[in-house]
Amino acid sequence: MTTNTSTNFVNVGERTNVTGSAAFKKMILAGDYARAVEVARSQVENGAQVVDVNMDEGLLDAEYAMTTFLKLIAAEPDIARVPIMIDSSKWSVIEAGLKCVSGKPIVNSISMKEGEETFLHYARRCMAYGAAVVVMAFDEVGQADTKERKVEICARAYDLLMSIGFPPEDIIFDPNVFAVATGIEEHNNYGVDFIEACREIKARCPHVHISGGLSNLSFSFRGNEPVRRAMHSVFLYHAIPAGMDMAIVNAGQLDVYDTIDPELRQACEDVVLNRDPEAGERLVALAERYRGTDAVAEKQAAEWRSLPVTKRLEYALVKGIDAHVVDDTEECRQQFARPIEVIEGPLMDGMNVVGDLFGSGKMFLPQVVKSARVMKKAVAHLLPFIEAAKEPGAKGKGKIVLATVKGDVHDIGKNIVGVVLQCNGFEVVDLGVMVPWSKIIAAANENDADMIGLSGLITPSLDEMVTVGEEMQRAGMTMPLLIGGATTSKVHTALRIAPAYSGPVVHVLDASRAVGVATTLVSDTQRDPYVAQVAADYEAVRKAREGKGSNALLPLEEARARGFVADMALKAGDPKQPGVHVYQDWDLSDLRDYIDWTPFFRAWELAGNFPAILTDEVVGESASGLYADAQAMLDTIIAEKWLTARGVAALWPCRRDGDDVILTADGAETRIPFLRQQIAKREGRANMCLADFIDPAGDWIGGFAVGIHGIDAHIERFRAGHDDYNDILLKALADRLAEAFAERLHAHVRTDLWGYAAGEQLTNEALIREQYRGIRPAPGYPACPEHSIKRTLFDLLGAEQAVGLELTESFAMLPTAAVSGFYFGHGQAEYFGVARIGEDQVADYAVRRGVDAVQATRWLRTNLD
Amino acid sequence: MTTRDTFLAEAAKRILITDGAFGTEIQNWKLDEAAYAGTLGLSHDQKGNNDILALTKPEVPESIHRAYFEAGADIAETNTFSANRISQADYGAEHLVREINIESAKLARRLADEYQAKDGRPRFVAGAIGPTNKTLSLSPDVNDPGYREIDFDFLKNVYREQIDALVEGGADFILIETVFDTLNAKAGIMATIEAGEALGREIPIMLSMTLTDLSGRNLSGHTVEAFWHAVRHARPLTIGLNCSFGAEQLRPHVKTLSEICDTLIMIYPNAGLPNELGAYDEAPVTTAGLVGEWAVEGQVNVLGGCCGSTPAHIKAIADKVRGMKPRTIPTPPVVTRLAGLEPFTMAA
Repeated sequence: MTTNTSTNFVNVGERTNVTGSAAFKKMILAGDYARAVEVARSQVENGAQVVDVNMDEGLLDAEYAMTTFLKLIAAEPDIARVPIMIDSSKWSVIEAGLKCVSGKPIVNSISMKEGEETFLHYARRCMAYGAAVVVMAFDEVGQADTKERKVEICARAYDLLMSIGFPPEDIIFDPNVFAVATGIEEHNNYGVDFIEACREIKARCPHVHISGGLSNLSFSFRGNEPVRRAMHSVFLYHAIPAGMDMAIVNAGQLDVYDTIDPELRQACEDVVLNRDPEAGERLVALAERYRGTDAVAEKQAAEWRSLPVTKRLEYALVKGIDAHVVDDTEECRQQFARPIEVIEGPLMDGMNVVGDLFGSGKMFLPQVVKSARVMKKAVAHLLPFIEAAKEPGAKGKGKIVLATVKGDVHDIGKNIVGVVLQCNGFEVVDLGVMVPWSKIIAAANENDADMIGLSGLITPSLDEMVTVGEEMQRAGMTMPLLIGGATTSKVHTALRIAPAYSGPVVHVLDASRAVGVATTLVSDTQRDPYVAQVAADYEAVRKAREGKGSNALLPLEEARARGFVADMALKAGDPKQPGVHVYQDWDLSDLRDYIDWTPFFRAWELAGNFPAILTDEVVGESASGLYADAQAMLDTIIAEKWLTARGVAALWPCRRDGDDVILTADGAETRIPFLRQQIAKREGRANMCLADFIDPAGDWIGGFAVGIHGIDAHIERFRAGHDDYNDILLKALADRLAEAFAERLHAHVRTDLWGYAAGEQLTNEALIREQYRGIRPAPGYPACPEHSIKRTLFDLLGAEQAVGLELTESFAMLPTAAVSGFYFGHGQAEYFGVARIGEDQVADYAVRRGVDAVQATRWLRTNLD
Repeated sequence: MTTRDTFLAEAAKRILITDGAFGTEIQNWKLDEAAYAGTLGLSHDQKGNNDILALTKPEVPESIHRAYFEAGADIAETNTFSANRISQADYGAEHLVREINIESAKLARRLADEYQAKDGRPRFVAGAIGPTNKTLSLSPDVNDPGYREIDFDFLKNVYREQIDALVEGGADFILIETVFDTLNAKAGIMATIEAGEALGREIPIMLSMTLTDLSGRNLSGHTVEAFWHAVRHARPLTIGLNCSFGAEQLRPHVKTLSEICDTLIMIYPNAGLPNELGAYDEAPVTTAGLVGEWAVEGQVNVLGGCCGSTPAHIKAIADKVRGMKPRTIPTPPVVTRLAGLEPFTMAA
């Protein structure tokens, strides 16, 4: 697979331009560079991929302003991460700027206005500074207006630049966007001239780019933002396919073409494409209807800035807006006697509102996590002051130590719980992942914690949680132990963990319950009755279990006799490409189409199926916001190649031997033991085992392991910025990409490697509903629940050496976003759950697996009583 | 055939070897103040001014160059890491910058020619220029992020003085090494380009970045890929990493550079990480084993050592990679490479 890190269309942020933004000009003229820096930051946050900086203003010392501003934003990693466009009509300002920019910037612009010699001198300097360059379609005669002039000037400039060895890919032509619908007939065709020129320039000058400043186009409609935005969107809609691949534009203010009011869109289109002489008149007439429709929303958005500062903090917390939080916190700090009062006062008040809204179901997890980000930034600002004053920290509601247990690496859920608890006034000591019991207990004691919360996703973690309980008991602790995570359950907690520890043990179903449980457990009055009630509840669970016994299970021999009899005429046959296939860098933009979004929303505790969830009456707004953020992050992940999808798939010859499959890889035989359902079923229903899908007379089986690599540096960055929201978002997306990769690779196996479904054409919905032939059960999941088989599978695939996938002692995969499993190609193969099995099968399995019964029992515990 | 061409031709045949550390080797001589200061009559103490030994005790750098050539080095890096006006100001020796560089380059040149004459194998002299102790990208004053101690033109002129002298003394290339601030490196590149324009010929540039954190960024915050985007216009003869951490920690970043750079890759890491006492104790065989893995993977063209490495390390590396195939320079697609602290690529 080839990697595509390329971006097809680049948004250049235009707000840090004194000629384009009156507000920015005011800040610079007033010398308020701190606020000016924030403008740049919000540009990048809103999706500008390059930041344009222009200080061409008669009242300014442009060189001073340019260099001052560039040095200041160089100190802001979240701005400086993107390339800078140094924008000036004066070469001296450009060169001063080039001396302050450390990456590879874009110069905007040079032209042949002053003749070829000067043009080439500037171009050579740009090469020596290491900059790409915008070349204006401007010559000794003037600016190019018609298509012919635009093409002629650009072609001449291109040839000159080639003659001095200028890299063609570093040339960006600006063929001049001019105003249309001005009432002057000669202007009517300017849009068309530009679009057609794009096409010819791209054909004539290989590797160049084309850019333009969009705001010129709609100059006649100043003050009428809805119309301007519509015009810009329509223009881009036509210019991009013609070759325009960069635009200086306010990224936050582009409308989606399809969502523009059709009447307005049609009118804009007629103007931009100059469809008839009256088009301009029509748009002018129509435009009046749209004037001011934006103002209401804008006014509302801006109004909160004029509230008193404590109210602003509350608003920012509830809305999750972090743009001004540091300034507001600082302002607040100066009003209060002690910095701690800011936390205990307005910040906690705001978070209480968030907590109430969340508790009453009016706010959802993604918004809460955003609120937490704002809170964290505010607290981070205050901490140095608090420490300097040597004051004790804020007295929260209580303190909880959180950890993902030893052997497990999954932490999305734990992080969400941590955030939600923090939002509700709890102090959280997060120990991270793969935490041994000794460290958990030590941290709880050292921090004088009120309770411990354990998390885990894979089934072996359940055992580890029992161990933590046992060790807490041995250490003589009494604090409550909270249990959470995807495989945990009330039943397991009641049956296994609660009996191991005499302190309170509570299973917490999801993050939204965590606050209630934790609050009750620190309450003087409610704690004891609640603990007693939970204990009684768990006792009832245990009682109910006792009665059940094992009489519902068939003896293993009988279960085998009632196994599934597959029709071996439906075997998948020999693969087209047997052996091991390694993919070091599967194209992420290809995987994107295979994402199953429903589980993504579930991770954020938003219930509903995609895409219906986006318009859901209750969670629709929250889901849509989250989905938009996810899409934007995916764009960046792909464009900037944050993550790498690496995977391996293999197809091996094999045969069935009882409940085992014996496969041959590299000339050696490996036995894979599978488990069989033993629950007594009604007549006609088989007791399934995966081996049933394999022909004893000879067959094929596959294996795969895929992982999404490269997340750590980004998580670290988000962490450093107190940004739980993006941290969780990225992890959740990485998980989705891993699943998408597994789905995609399975399709590739079916159509190409194995090739039994060469003509398969399925939509993503069909894939998600698994409407294809063959299954890919994963070790640790219901059809083959024993995790240690992953070790065997990884060895067969060479997964660690080939694609860098590792296993922890509990067989959790690293990186965390990973999927592995077997391929069964039989036409009747289907998923099932092994569920509860008997001691007889455990003993039998131990022999087949080559381990002792104690080990087998440990591995199979979740399938035992 | 230009020196660039000769170097490329040699690099196509085998993995080339550059030398190792000077600082730790000089320490072995246990020189006192008098030995450093010589008869120059400078007002400041000179002990620790390793570069000035070219004038006061040239037998020291000579013996170290010899030891590295004997160990198998193809390239001698001049002992001029701090031989610039900014760093020498600390020793009151600014006025000697030109002389130090000329003499250092002459010395390395003489020995390179001597060893080349012995066995006919080409030897090269890389004129080393360090980052100085000032940065163009960062403010030393936390309360004033816009403040800079020096500006681009000042640093460019400081470098220009050193480069002119190194080239005059016989350096084949200018090695801008231990780049912790990418903008400093860009000033060095501009100075080299302008020095070449004044001479009427190209002076080939070697670039070597140093990482200051394990996520793979230098002090000014650039990722290795962003660094490559920011300096590719220099048409560097080699690009790579030095100093930073030990070889073990550099592995992923070597791989990245190897994949994206359409020029030679040169890596010369420290001999592991320093121990609690600040000394390097990674055995030569260990270093050689680690850098040897990159050779096996076909990821490198030039190998050597930085802090803590000794002639024994260089010999172990040379022995390890002898006969191994050098990395083939890839031909990446034509794309537009821009960069802030992070790389940005556009299809072109």
